[in-house]
Amino acid sequence: MPVVLETRGLDKHFGGIIAANEVSLQIEKGARHALIGPNGAGKTTIVNLLTGVLKPTAGQILLDGQDITRLDPHERVRLGIARTFQINQLFADLTPIETLGLAVSERLGHGKDWWRVVGSRSEVTDEIVELIERFRLGDVMHERTAILPYGKQRLLEIALAIACKPRVLLLDEPAAGVPEDERHEILSSVEALPADVTVLLIEHDMDIIFSFADRISVLVNGSLFVEGDPDEVARDQRVKAVYLGEAFDG
Amino acid sequence: MALASDTRPLAAEVAAFLTRRARWSVPEIAFWALALASIWLFPAKHLILTEICIWAMFALSLDLILGYAGVISLGHAAFFGLGAYSAGLIGKYGFIPEPVLALVASGLIAAAVGFATSFLVLRGSDLTRLMVTFGVALVLGEIANKFSDITGGADGLQGVEIGPVFGKFRFDLFGHVGYVYALTVLFLMFVVARRVVRSPFGLSLQAIKGNSLRSSAVGIAVNWRLVAIYTLAAGYAGLAGAVLAQTQAFASLEMFSIERSADVLLILIIGGTGYLYGGLIGALIYRLAQDYLSDLSARYWQYWIGFVLIMMVLFGRVYGGILAGAIIAATIWFKLETGTAFALTGGTLLVLGVVREPIVKWIALREQQAVAAMRRMRARLRLGAVTGADDAGRA
Repeated sequence: MPVVLETRGLDKHFGGIIAANEVSLQIEKGARHALIGPNGAGKTTIVNLLTGVLKPTAGQILLDGQDITRLDPHERVRLGIARTFQINQLFADLTPIETLGLAVSERLGHGKDWWRVVGSRSEVTDEIVELIERFRLGDVMHERTAILPYGKQRLLEIALAIACKPRVLLLDEPAAGVPEDERHEILSSVEALPADVTVLLIEHDMDIIFSFADRISVLVNGSLFVEGDPDEVARDQRVKAVYLGEAFDG
Repeated sequence: MALASDTRPLAAEVAAFLTRRARWSVPEIAFWALALASIWLFPAKHLILTEICIWAMFALSLDLILGYAGVISLGHAAFFGLGAYSAGLIGKYGFIPEPVLALVASGLIAAAVGFATSFLVLRGSDLTRLMVTFGVALVLGEIANKFSDITGGADGLQGVEIGPVFGKFRFDLFGHVGYVYALTVLFLMFVVARRVVRSPFGLSLQAIKGNSLRSSAVGIAVNWRLVAIYTLAAGYAGLAGAVLAQTQAFASLEMFSIERSADVLLILIIGGTGYLYGGLIGALIYRLAQDYLSDLSARYWQYWIGFVLIMMVLFGRVYGGILAGAIIAATIWFKLETGTAFALTGGTLLVLGVVREPIVKWIALREQQAVAAMRRMRARLRLGAVTGADDAGRA
């Protein structure tokens, strides 16, 4: 499979703190790639670097072999990289209908249209309906996002990323904080993604990772530590050591 | 038809929900009908009504950036003054004899300067923006002050001559033509603003206001959208200033002043941000209250504006406004002497500041009950309608 997203020697320093150290990651087209690691390993920093929220101190990011290191976040979205956030980043005053309508309109290039009313285009409303049905948001679609139950907000968070029709989707702990009995709804929506969408999943929950991922990278202290398929990583003694909190002197 | 009923109703519902605010509602039509009727109903009040229209345009302009994009400005008078001096100079030197064209030109000049300064304003946080906008207004005001041989300096721009509108309707002393002119310009500006805020562009502004990090994560070029709306708002403020200069055949340095910037912010806060009518209603209330209160006590009327503002902060715009209005009405009813009224109401403010919490909680509780009751009623109505439709569909 060809590599879709690649980083080469990615460094990110915050003052004296090294959040990402020489990270060279290759993500193949259609992969279900998981990025795991203990708290503070720099997983979210990697997502922020890939999406352009942060600019790397050194190194390169390539999408389909094209250098996107200098591009702004919105430009990367247009090239097909979308993400969800570990902590919900939603539009509190907008309803799910408006939120999804916004993303769909932007993707179809209507964002600069200052004259036609939102919702007067059927290609936009059709897609909103599809997303609302897929993510079961129908019962709350008229409500302000701020008052939605947390599980619904989490679904909207993912639906909003899907509305960007990404080729590469970065999921930053999609099930974080969701009660056990609501998790399957979120996970099944992630599993139902089309096979050609490449997914990079950041997660803590080992059950989720091992049921979902076909490739796993382990990040420790900002550096790539181990990479392999789930069986290899599960067997790896060093990974166990890290997760059991033992000091590793490598 | 029965086949399509799976998804079609939802699509129609989504489309209806998104376009619902684009349709003109009955209160809106009534509002504008009343505004139109005021031309014949209050011919003696046309001068103050013109002034209200101009404040409304100016507040509408501020609402576009503050209410929709979350960009705060303490120097919005920069563009108001610029529009006023543009229209004044165009009139004085007779560059464009026809006022409507001169008005458009003035708006474009203000928009151009708005575009150029937007890059200064859009960096940094709210406090930075507050200071930069204030600074831009000071800079422009002092430029007008310095080049007094062109602008008239502190004496204001004298000898402005405004031709007849469309070469036909000359501005008269009683302000009849001026009012129709100002009201028409306000209405046109409002219609355009109304379209803009309900467009995909307008929705993206609200998204940026709510969460600019997420906005860029769905592909919105945040800075360019802000530049665009700031430019439009500057043009709108310029139009407001130009209408003032044209209807008064005069422009002065006061039009750049911090007081004017603060007043328009006050008007928008009284009327409420983010629904466009706030600036219009605020302008009406503010200007009429100013007129009435300054009749009551020419020297101290601003006390009452301050009183209303504090009440609104304490109890919310609507309740605070009503409560303040009632208290002011009571002081007038009992014919209190100014000093006594100040002592009593000032004391009331201090006491209310202390006992605010229980009052606000009581109001919130009542509000919740009222909303819940309304929901229940609506749900009952909808249930009836839906089951009726379902039966029809199945049959």
